[in-house]
Order: sequence, then C-alpha cells, then structure tokens
Amino acid sequence: MREQKIDSIIEKYKGRSGALIHALTEIQHANHWLPRAVMQKVADALEVPFSQVMQIASFYKTFSLTPKGRHEVHVCTGMTCHLRGGAKLMAKVQEITGLKCGETDAEAKFTLEAGSCLGSCSIGPELIVDGKHYGRMTPEKAADVLKQYE
Amino acid sequence: MLRLQTAAELEKLRAGILAGRDPAKPCIAVCGGAACDGLDSAAVGTAFAAEIKKQGLEAKVDFRITGCHGLCNKGPNVIAGPGDVCYLEVKPEDVPEVVASTVKGEVVDRLVYRDPSTGAKAAHMNEIPFYKHQMRILLGDIPRIDPTSIDDYIGVGGYSALAKALTRMTPDQVLEEVKRANLRGRGGGGFPAGLKWETTRNAPEKTKYVIVNGHEGESAAFMDRAMLTGNPHRVIEGLIIGAYAIGAQQGFIYTRHDSPSMARHITKALAQAAECGLLGKNILGTGFDFEVELHFDVGIFVSGESSALMRSIEGNAPEPRPKYIRTSVSGIWDKPSNLNNVETWANVPEIINRGADWYTSIGSEKSKGTKLVSLSGHVVNSGVVEVPMGTPLRTIVFDIGGGVPDGRAPKAIHFGGAMGGSIPIGMIDAPLDFDGMSKLGAPIGAGGLLVMNEDTDMIEMARYLLDFLVKESCGKCTPCREGMWQMLKILTDIVEGRGRKFDLERLADLTEVTSLGSLCALGKTSSDPLKSMLRYFKPEFEARIAAGSPAGSAAAAGREAR
Repeated sequence: MREQKIDSIIEKYKGRSGALIHALTEIQHANHWLPRAVMQKVADALEVPFSQVMQIASFYKTFSLTPKGRHEVHVCTGMTCHLRGGAKLMAKVQEITGLKCGETDAEAKFTLEAGSCLGSCSIGPELIVDGKHYGRMTPEKAADVLKQYE
Repeated sequence: MLRLQTAAELEKLRAGILAGRDPAKPCIAVCGGAACDGLDSAAVGTAFAAEIKKQGLEAKVDFRITGCHGLCNKGPNVIAGPGDVCYLEVKPEDVPEVVASTVKGEVVDRLVYRDPSTGAKAAHMNEIPFYKHQMRILLGDIPRIDPTSIDDYIGVGGYSALAKALTRMTPDQVLEEVKRANLRGRGGGGFPAGLKWETTRNAPEKTKYVIVNGHEGESAAFMDRAMLTGNPHRVIEGLIIGAYAIGAQQGFIYTRHDSPSMARHITKALAQAAECGLLGKNILGTGFDFEVELHFDVGIFVSGESSALMRSIEGNAPEPRPKYIRTSVSGIWDKPSNLNNVETWANVPEIINRGADWYTSIGSEKSKGTKLVSLSGHVVNSGVVEVPMGTPLRTIVFDIGGGVPDGRAPKAIHFGGAMGGSIPIGMIDAPLDFDGMSKLGAPIGAGGLLVMNEDTDMIEMARYLLDFLVKESCGKCTPCREGMWQMLKILTDIVEGRGRKFDLERLADLTEVTSLGSLCALGKTSSDPLKSMLRYFKPEFEARIAAGSPAGSAAAAGREAR
C-alpha cells in the first residue's frame, strides 16, 4: 500500500529534477521517513545525483532519515510558549515519554520533536500530537493527553 | 464556473452574487484560525451545522467557517450577523441558544465580552476594546468570507482592483501608484516595495518572477498565516497586480508545510482563480498571462531569507548568498525575482482601488498604511491586530491588549522575534514605525509583539533566542556559525551562575564581529536581541555576574537593577 503510494509520488515527478523537494515532502508526509532505497529511487527517477537527494534530505528538518513513531509529538518552543512555561512542559513530556527531542521510543509509539513557532501563540504553551493542537497545556495535563494515544 | 473573458463579465458575476445575498439575513461565522482550532472550534462548527439542519434553518441562516477573527485567546470565536455580535469561548453546548437568538435577532448575553475590571458588557465588534481601537483594512473581510469560496471574495469586492489595473491602467501607472503610496515591505526590512518592483521591471532579462514570502519563521508572529489562511484570494490578487506591473509571467507562493488548512486554502484559491480566468492565459481578455506555483518550506528558519528561499524554490538547500547583485536582478534560476511578504502583497489591491492619496493619509510620516501585529506573551487579550502605522505601542498593549494579566507589572516589549529586540516598558509611548523602532533597537520585523512581565529574566531570554538561532544557522559562514555559538556559551554561563568579569566586553565584541562578518540577515541580526538587552538591561547582567546566582533569583535581580 505504502510502497505503491511512494511509487506513484515518484512517478509523478519523473524527470523533473527541480521538483526534488516536492517529491521528498510528499513521501515524508505519506511514509513519515525516507528510507535509503526510496531516496535512491527518487534520485534515479528525477535524474539527480544521490548526493544531492541526501543533501536535501539531511538539511531540512522536516525530513527524517530514520523511522518515526506512530505518533509525532511536538512541544512548541517558540518565544511566547517559552515565556509562558514551554520549557517546563517540554521537560515533563520528555519525562513521560523517556525521549529527547528527535528520538523515537523502542516500541515506535512516539517521536518527540521541538517545534517553533507553530503560530497558536495566544493559547501557548502548546502540545501538538499528530497535527492536533492542545492549547494552554500544563505539565500536569500533558500526561492525560498522551495517555489517549496507543 | 464560467471562465471570465472581460472585466465586464467579472462585474456581472459580482452583481449576480450580490443579488442572491441579503445583508439583513442572519449569518453565523465560526473562527477556524490556528488558535481557535487549538481550542477545538471544529467541534463548535460541527455543532452549528448540525443544529441549523436540525431546526430546518438552512435557508434562513448563512453559516460559514472562516479564518482568524483576531481575539485568539478568547476562542473559539463566533460572530453572528447582522450587526457583528461577537461570542467568545463558545462551546458546542452553547450552539442551540446562539442559533435560536440569531434567527430572532437577539443577543446571548452570557457569551459576549465583559470588561474584566468593570464587568461592562460589549456585544458588538465595534464596542469591544480589542477591536474598537483597530483599523482592520486587511483583516476586515476575514470574518465575512469563507476562504474556500471565490464567490465570497468577489462578493466583498474581490478582484475589482485587478480588473481596474489590467483594463484601465498601464503597468507603469500601477508601479507609479505603489511608489506614490510609499508601500514599504512588511517582511522586516521596510524597503519600499515600489522601488524593488521597479528594479525587477527594469532588469534586462525577459523572464521575471514574483514571489510571496509566507514563510513566517519569526517566532511569535502568526499574522501572515492568518491572512493567507483567512483570505488567500486577496494575497493572490495583489500578486497578480504586482506581476502585471513588473512584467512577470510566473509567481511563487512560498509558505509553511505545517499548517494543513493554509495549504488547502491556497491550493483551492489558486485552482478557483485559474478556473475563473483570473490566472493563466489571457487574464480577463487583456492578453496578460500569469501562473502561480505553491512551494513549501520544509522546516528551517533561514529559508525565509530571500536568497535562501529562492534556492529552496529551485529545489536546493536554502543557503543564502552574498547580495552584491540583488535577487530583484538575479534570483530564481538567475532571473530577476521580486519577493514581498504576504502582508505587503495584501496591501496592493487596496492601493489600486482607493489610490495612493488615500493610502498615504493613513500612518506616520515615513511609514504608511496599517500594520498587522501578532500580539502575545504576558498580555490579557492576545491575537492578530491591525493598527495604523504610528499608533503608540501603549494603545496596542493596553487599549487593545488589555495590559498584563495576573496583577503583574509590565517590564519590556519585544519586537521582531529572534532577530528583533527588547525595549523597556518606559518607552511604551513610542509609535509603531519602521525607522523609529529600529532606532530604539527593537525593529518591528514582521510584526510579532511580545509583552514581558516583571518576572521575565532578560538574560535567560537572550540565551533562549541565541539557542534557537544556533540551531537554525545554515553553517555556511563562520562568524554566524561560531560567533553565535560563543555568545550562547557565555550567556549560558551567566544564566547558570558562572559569569565572569569580562563577559560583557566579550559579548559586545562578538556581537560586533558577527554582525559585520555574516553574509545574510540571520547572522547579521542574530545578536540584535542581545544588543538591545545589553543596551537597556545591562545592570541586570552585571548584577547576575556579580552575584553568580542561578536563574531562580532572576526577578529579584531584575528589581534591584531597576
């Protein structure tokens, strides 16, 4: 299923070297990470050197070269969230998940990321799980939110 | 939809849309902006749709999900018309009452704004302090339109400026109008947009590009997203007009990938505009061709810098380049490329429709028009604000923002995110003005205004901002990559009680070298917050170094210093 989806994305951009970022972004969104074999396929199809694919994939923060967990957890570390206790929230989420930023747990349940700035400053600090925003988050409430995810 | 062949057909379409609409008909607009979404406005929207259906009122009540209304911290926001009654913190269980009252033309008292000190009620938008002191030229339409409907935009006068420019003005006249309006770039630099347009127009190459910079990487800035998500057609209309003046055939919108509704709305708006013949070949039968592509930033701050952004559109890593040749002469694929911020483009239709004289009647002497401000931090009312340039910061922070919550005193105002600066609260009567604020050391930047209360530790704030920038430096030039790292190290030492005697001199040295020696604005301005903090809050730094105390007693040190 996923492989078909990836192949259809690559097919769409065949021969279009300028669309490298578009292709990688779509694959990242569909597959949540970029396996080496897939990057090789992209290089071949878009006719760009593998080194260039690697440069782009390793430079931009959105791309992941390792598998991610089933749920992507973001703690906003933007200025307003920071001012309103974002660091304490981050510490608590790290404690609950046992992860540092960028890490994925052994059961591939959560991947933890810092995000800045996600634009909902008025309701910071914010916790975002799989794109769902949880505003006015406190370290105490964070555990309840994360409990909902399997 | 029929492809529009002439400006007259556009007017006919508009007349048809308006004929089918009754301004006196009850309508309900639920905010779907970023903050309201985070407060689950989607559930409120679903409840409204269901309730209207249940009561069989589909024909009697207009209902729409809109972009950001503005008063974000009181979300989910609902505006009921006619009369713009604002309901705050609406929950799904409030919905039946709101629907019933709106149909009867009544107001649900318990859901309207109350003054926190006097308890006085304010139901209508023009009575609520947060909205009352604003001038919402760019934002005003957002609660009135469904951002996914081009009909709604045309209904509020959309694309009339484009028709005027294409059919009744030459490209030179459009350019002249924008120059006369003294529209200055809203992305941070405040460079006159007309002059930039002219440079690209006069560049020898035939192929030219125009770009909307919707990257909005500046921390605590969220108004461009509100604009692009809530009224994408307005930005697109400005872009097409600009392309016509400049002679560009291709446009790009560059924006964030992490805001799904924004991407959806822009994509839809582009498709609708193309379908109506407002994009593509022979726009409105005038022979002008123009296409727009949507590109996404994939997560790095520096790609908001113009030359880096253009590298990214080409499909490369976003490394800035030196600008001895400006991007307006040699940008994307070495072709002349004119880049402006979302808000700058959004101003263009209004300038064309109402003229430069009207535009220059708003604002301060050298900064014209209105400015969008993202108001957040330690402030009672937080959200997206639009005020005339030259408005005193006091009006924004106190009249609109309602001051500092929890009985705390304000300490500082920070502008411009990680590359901006902080000024002490004593300067709160300074006007919002590009040049004035730059001189004070807190350049407006894109417009993120952060209020900090008396408990804020300025040294920790400086450290935090550098920590952010260190991770965002692309690493191409040494002064930026290494200079910031060293500043961060010293600041971390001071914060953790290991400050040494000559640290402040070392920091001053480093700020100077990094500013002078870096290629792009990220490095050049990376130490601006630190510089402003050393300028206004130096005693706090000195006291901390002398005491060697950890961050815990920050507030105490701050109070002593003052």
